[in-house]
Amino acid sequence: MSADAQPAPRPNPRPDPQRAPDQRALGGRDFALLGAGLAIVLAPHALRAPAWLVVLTLALIGWRLLAVGRPALLPPKALLVAIVAAGMLGIWLEYRAIFGRTPGVMLLVLFAGLKALESRNQRDAAALVFLTWFLAITNFLYTQSIPTALGMLAAVAASVAALVALAAPRRPPRASLRTVAVLLGQAVPAALVLFLLFPRVQGPLWGLPQDAYSAMSGLADSMAPGSLSQLTLSDAIAFRVDFQGEAPPRRALYWRGPVLWDFDGRTWRMGSPTVAEMPVPRNGTRSEYSVLLEPHNRHWLFALEAPALLPPRTRYLEDGQIVTLAPVRARMRYDMVSLVGPDASPGNDRRLLGRALRLPDGFNPRARALAEGWSRRGAGDAQVRASDAQVLERAIAFFRKERLQYTTDPRLLGRDSVDEFLFDSREGFCEHFSSAFVFLMRAAGVPARVVTGYQGGDMNPVDQRFTVRQSDAHAWAEVFLAGRGWTRIDPTALSVPQRLNEGLARAISTDALPLLLRPEMAWLRSLRYNWEALTHQWNLLVLGYNPERQREFMSWFGMRDADWLELASTLLAVLGGFVLALFAWMLGRMARPDPVQTAWLQFCRKLGARGVARAPHEGPRDYAERAARDLPGAGEPIRRIAALYMALRYGRRPSAAQAGELRGELRRRVNDLRFG
Amino acid sequence: MLRLPLRSNPGLMNWFYGFKPPEQGTIVLGHRRVYIVPSRLGLLFGGVLLILLMGSINYALSLGFALTFLLAGAGLAGMVQTTRNLARLAVQAGRAEPAFAGERALYRLTLASDAPFDRPEILLRQKNSGAECRVDVPAAGAAEALLAVPTARRGWQPLGRVMLETRFPLGLFRAWSYVEPDCRCLVYPHPEPGALPPPAPSRQAGGARAHAQGSDDFSGLRAYQPSDSPRHVAWKSSARSEDMLTKQFAGEAVAELWLMLSDLPTSLGLEARLSRLAGWVLAAERSGAHYGLRLPGVELAPARGDAHRTACLEALALYQPGAGAVQGPGTAR
Repeated sequence: MSADAQPAPRPNPRPDPQRAPDQRALGGRDFALLGAGLAIVLAPHALRAPAWLVVLTLALIGWRLLAVGRPALLPPKALLVAIVAAGMLGIWLEYRAIFGRTPGVMLLVLFAGLKALESRNQRDAAALVFLTWFLAITNFLYTQSIPTALGMLAAVAASVAALVALAAPRRPPRASLRTVAVLLGQAVPAALVLFLLFPRVQGPLWGLPQDAYSAMSGLADSMAPGSLSQLTLSDAIAFRVDFQGEAPPRRALYWRGPVLWDFDGRTWRMGSPTVAEMPVPRNGTRSEYSVLLEPHNRHWLFALEAPALLPPRTRYLEDGQIVTLAPVRARMRYDMVSLVGPDASPGNDRRLLGRALRLPDGFNPRARALAEGWSRRGAGDAQVRASDAQVLERAIAFFRKERLQYTTDPRLLGRDSVDEFLFDSREGFCEHFSSAFVFLMRAAGVPARVVTGYQGGDMNPVDQRFTVRQSDAHAWAEVFLAGRGWTRIDPTALSVPQRLNEGLARAISTDALPLLLRPEMAWLRSLRYNWEALTHQWNLLVLGYNPERQREFMSWFGMRDADWLELASTLLAVLGGFVLALFAWMLGRMARPDPVQTAWLQFCRKLGARGVARAPHEGPRDYAERAARDLPGAGEPIRRIAALYMALRYGRRPSAAQAGELRGELRRRVNDLRFG
Repeated sequence: MLRLPLRSNPGLMNWFYGFKPPEQGTIVLGHRRVYIVPSRLGLLFGGVLLILLMGSINYALSLGFALTFLLAGAGLAGMVQTTRNLARLAVQAGRAEPAFAGERALYRLTLASDAPFDRPEILLRQKNSGAECRVDVPAAGAAEALLAVPTARRGWQPLGRVMLETRFPLGLFRAWSYVEPDCRCLVYPHPEPGALPPPAPSRQAGGARAHAQGSDDFSGLRAYQPSDSPRHVAWKSSARSEDMLTKQFAGEAVAELWLMLSDLPTSLGLEARLSRLAGWVLAAERSGAHYGLRLPGVELAPARGDAHRTACLEALALYQPGAGAVQGPGTAR
């Protein structure tokens, strides 16, 4: 450290002992930063919170901002306690619960407002920063989209800026801002390492509140008139599919889901199928694909008919469903192989046929009469009972001929829903079609069941992936035919053929469709395709990073089946290396060795090795002269090196370019110095 | 845990902190001398991260993991920056002006940094007294810290161990380092308040006022003292009286006073007598008198002015009673 390089010491403005740092009162800047962080994390909650809570929280924060520099305006403790009590009562009245996900989050919102109001010193400010982070993470319970992530980043930046401002209150804001940028810049690589290497375990660690997954939408385990048509109004994504090779034609994309057996006159419900061996499909076009399933809090997975591969940790049920062991509560990725073909028919188990014929008594007399008419007349002989295939033919012909209307907004149906649909309203959605068809088949003595799932999907031209939305939800029928097994019949497609080829949007003529589903919004669609391609990558790489993906990731580095100990040690090694490197870099920045001095010292060492060590009193000129005399073989280079050193050290200040040139020559000459 | 053995054993402390006090010249805080532990806020931060992590695992929140790890990364970067805030800082002790016992001694420490970044919020704390000072060291610059340390006893008071501490930038970590620069402050005896006026040349002539005395205008006569200049002896008056008399003058030039330890009763104790002498020195200097100081083994010829006053106070501050001299209860070290 050269003394002459430093400016005169600044007198210290405050020699007196300071108050303890966490007792220091907060200023306007502190509140601005704390408030910004809180506002960012509170904004999404404001859409979910009851209006009175939003107003109350805003009022509390506004009150605190008003009282900056006017401590007389701050409320007494008793009032704060009263507000807490009133707020908690309000939340209880709103949700009839204090624990549970949403009421819990709302309590946190209330506490954030109260803490803001009662904040006086740095310790309170730290508590507010921590609350900001808790509120940020509660947002992820509802959505983990890219905008949410960006919001979180902004909130973290604001809260870190608040911490920096608290730690150095007298520092100019610009300098503190730079510190925040540096901190976050250095935090990102460390966070990445932690994200990738921190040993992930499959949650949950403890029981979750009842309402934890209420926000997830999807097919239900039952079907009543209206349930599917409500679902199809949602634009939400059910799952995404990535086909290896060519995708099958859209009309063949039947994503099979829950199978419904039991009818009570109004609602179809799942049976209680048992686990079975998966039959090997006989024929069809082989199609390999992977599915990224959005969490729906149910057990079933979706696959094209007929599946030929069972993903790990799943079971095959006798009615052809594929189910997981635990409800799908996080985005799940699985690979599938299906043999897609017109004949694909899962299973031919006769044990279930009795259940597939059961109907409640006393419902839909007109439909029963119709079906019985089909089954009575044999092919040629009126006395012979018609075969199942003949009945099916008649039913198909009926649906083709009747021109039933397809709508997402059907009229409400009464007790005999099938009768009213077939003969009175004559309009309905796929649940009406499939329900009526299966009812008719059972009434005619042909085993049949309702299958729900999704039909079709949208190919994203940007990344060539299929997106299947809730609006693609569909219900169809399966009929058991002797010799063929369970055969898929889509009664909706029989009446409204364009539903299969062009999707819901073309098949329906009402304005009830969501804006983006409308065909004329082409430019909006392309924008959406790009956004969804990005979102898909986000879901796959960021949100879908789970214990399995972590194992996959580690196997790229040759760690097969890394257990948590291996992961933890790798993490510690990498993270430790990162911190040490950061530290070394910082220290290096502080004391960058002077290249001129380095070269000169090397020169002195070289001469010293030849027996001409520099005496402490010798300046460069004298030393070089003596060395040149003693080592005549290298006299000229020695003098030149000394001259360069003196020019750089003591000469008139050269321009940056010149200095660089001189330094380069000095270094070169010292390196090349030989004493031939 | 480490505190107790370290505090009770300075040798162990020196070994632990890696330097031998006092340190001469400029002390550069090598990074091995900078220690770092999480502050209380940092421990809380760790707890918060743990809760966030558990929540992320429980609800399988990928972004929760991202948030937790981003904050952890910021904490780590903050830890490195906190160390950096102290590492390679150069500490140099300046001159400490003498102080009277009971006042605060002002020690000056210059903190210099040749780093390209500023080092805000460095807290210096003198270990013995807890005197504190906060400074911001600018980038490639220096800042001066003043430590006001209370004094109790006369003599040399070394600055002792000073802790430099910082929590910048996040307050989550506390980095600290100890220095013990070779820096001491001379502490004068506490000047006794309401001190008696300086004694007259002899006990018999008590009552003559010193502060009005000079040598320009004749103001009266007083009893002769052995050190009085023969030119000031009132020969005529002396001839008429039994005793020798000295002419007193009011004005610039004053009669010479002798401030002597032996004039004060030993029953007071050494420190109290030195305190009184210090008070007399100040009073005499204020009065403009020429005064000399006589301690056993030390004699400062009468003179006046700041340099002389300082010399007298220094002599009082550093007076060590020799063998056979009177030992007061508060004998200096």
